[in-house]
Amino acid sequence: MKAAADTLVEVRGLTRRFDVSAPWLNRVVQRESKRFLTAVESVDMDVRRGTTYALVGESGSGKSTIAKLVLGLISPTSGSVRIDGIDLAAGDARANAALRRRVQMIFQDPYASLNPRWRVGEIVGEPIEAFELAPDARSRSLRVGELLEQVGLAAADAAKFPHQFSGGQRQRIGIARALASEPEFIVCDEPTSALDVSVQAQVLNLMRDLQAELGLTYLFITHDLSVVRYMADTVGVLYLGRLVESAPRETLFTAPAHPYTRMLLDAAPRLDGFGREHPTDVGEAPDPIDRPSGCHYHPRCPYRVPECETSYPDVRAFGGRLVACREARRVIEAPAVAPAPASGPESASGPEVADASGRR
Amino acid sequence: MSANPADARPAGASASPLLAVNDLVVEIPTRRGTLRPVDGASFRIEAGEIVGVVGESGAGKSITGAAIIGLLERPARIAGGEVVLAGEHLEGLSESALRKVRGGRVGTVFQDPSTSLNPLLTVGDQLAETAALHLGLGRRAARERALAALVDVGIPAAAERLDAYPHEFSGGMRQRVVIALALIGEPELVIADEPTTALDVSVQAQVLTLLRRLCTERGTGVMLVTHDMGVIAEVTDRTVVLYAGRVAETGPTPDVLTRPAHPYTEGLVASTPTPAAGAAEGRRLHQIPGAMPGLLAIPPGCAFHPRCPHAMAVCREKRPPPVITGRTETRCWLHVEGEGK
Repeated sequence: MKAAADTLVEVRGLTRRFDVSAPWLNRVVQRESKRFLTAVESVDMDVRRGTTYALVGESGSGKSTIAKLVLGLISPTSGSVRIDGIDLAAGDARANAALRRRVQMIFQDPYASLNPRWRVGEIVGEPIEAFELAPDARSRSLRVGELLEQVGLAAADAAKFPHQFSGGQRQRIGIARALASEPEFIVCDEPTSALDVSVQAQVLNLMRDLQAELGLTYLFITHDLSVVRYMADTVGVLYLGRLVESAPRETLFTAPAHPYTRMLLDAAPRLDGFGREHPTDVGEAPDPIDRPSGCHYHPRCPYRVPECETSYPDVRAFGGRLVACREARRVIEAPAVAPAPASGPESASGPEVADASGRR
Repeated sequence: MSANPADARPAGASASPLLAVNDLVVEIPTRRGTLRPVDGASFRIEAGEIVGVVGESGAGKSITGAAIIGLLERPARIAGGEVVLAGEHLEGLSESALRKVRGGRVGTVFQDPSTSLNPLLTVGDQLAETAALHLGLGRRAARERALAALVDVGIPAAAERLDAYPHEFSGGMRQRVVIALALIGEPELVIADEPTTALDVSVQAQVLTLLRRLCTERGTGVMLVTHDMGVIAEVTDRTVVLYAGRVAETGPTPDVLTRPAHPYTEGLVASTPTPAAGAAEGRRLHQIPGAMPGLLAIPPGCAFHPRCPHAMAVCREKRPPPVITGRTETRCWLHVEGEGK
């Protein structure tokens, strides 16, 4: 598979295993073999320039491991990450250093990711200093003021300490710091899950405005499908380290093709879901150390066929999406579990249009 | 309009609700002044009803729950108002009397299931102990009751799991055990404080459906504290919206969410992302400017006025009185005759 020219981040066959064995002596005494946790396995992703790729998954799905791999903070067991054609693992120190300026991150916890003893001006100014992006201290502080205003704070806030700001404002400081090195690609690991909804909306809107203004590319990692619908161009769904489905946003939301995607969409609480009942026996994701055989989702899957227990399905292209499911067609065509009544024009146009356009 | 008078008059028409919280004030004396995390909150919960208490961090939702069951940490204290559970005042009770109420008449489910369970005791022992204490059962009967409780919350192979320790359960199963523990004393009221916030979304859906089903069947009233408007919509019968320790709006959940009368409720609903249809491409999320005020700097008048798009002169000066707005009750000057539009 060859990536298109406008692909900024190209991930191929990315796999990362962690050794989670007990210490050597314990293994000898208890006659245990080594144990490995496959956090990420055979993940392919293409992130196009200027777009947002959202990685969605529940706990243990490997989404934060992918973030670290893409940032080059840990190295893959196999597979590759190329950013603008540069392979992080190739070991070219000078190319990697140049890349480091162009790739930044925004963290989940705005309380833990800012040094409490540093003034905001120092926090935001550090990347400028480290990458020598300003000729002197004066132009650096001007640039810091500019960045703070860009994220909706005041230039004078540079003199304050992080504790003087609310959670949402701290996340803005984190964004200003990420922007300070003038990056092209930003990895955002759950950037709003520590924030209240009204503040989350402020931060998400800001991130979108900055993307439009600066042409940024985001890898947006989240457990929250609802947020994805507002942020992503492309969505990848992870389950126990594997990308089970990746699709353009509207395709994924209107016609999920993997049973897990479908279950996630059904389970997300809805503002119009008054009194909605959910099945109470869907179970939960097993321990990633002990992934089920075959398709890892098969023990929870209502669509499973016998082969699912023994072999992992091939990833197939299917109507504009990639899906790792043998029964994808059946999943797409299954009726919605809980169609919400009167939930706006889109739901009304969904299944009915399909009927009108000639299934009967 | 409605056959049910409690619906028509949301301010509390029922003569004797299961729980009545009237003008509750919680104060925390500090060197920099007295903080009021709860400031005049009033609401009611009927038997078998699930009432959602929603608001953002700092709105006072958890501390309201803690005040009701006497779990305020010193120096926080109830400084005014009353908490009446089925006719009995709880606000002045001694610690030993409150201890009988907790686990017996009132069950609790907290966010982190591991803090509600003793890691050194088997799940069966903890359930049986509670059953023995609050229902006066003998050993064998208590153990049978424990098993039944695990079956009710959908733990697979419950008989074998009875002798397992909490760490042997997954997060979702552990929260089911906590729900079993909350319900085993046959409480009249359950206070569930963010019971599913630590869980994955697929597990959350299961646990909430279970909680609602069990409580509705048994006629147990539930106070469900959450920050998630989607959870409010799906699980609760009525909603209390808190802002800065005060009730902004209260009423039947569908009314509060689809026809919000308070600008804060309106903003909360509009800023909540939803995976459902309608979130069309390129649409921005509605945002409420600013943030919840700190307890040392609650604005005068209506606490929401600095963030409110409709703020008027009166909002900065006087706290709004409760007004009936359709089927909900709102504290907002916009709806006060002669003040609003």
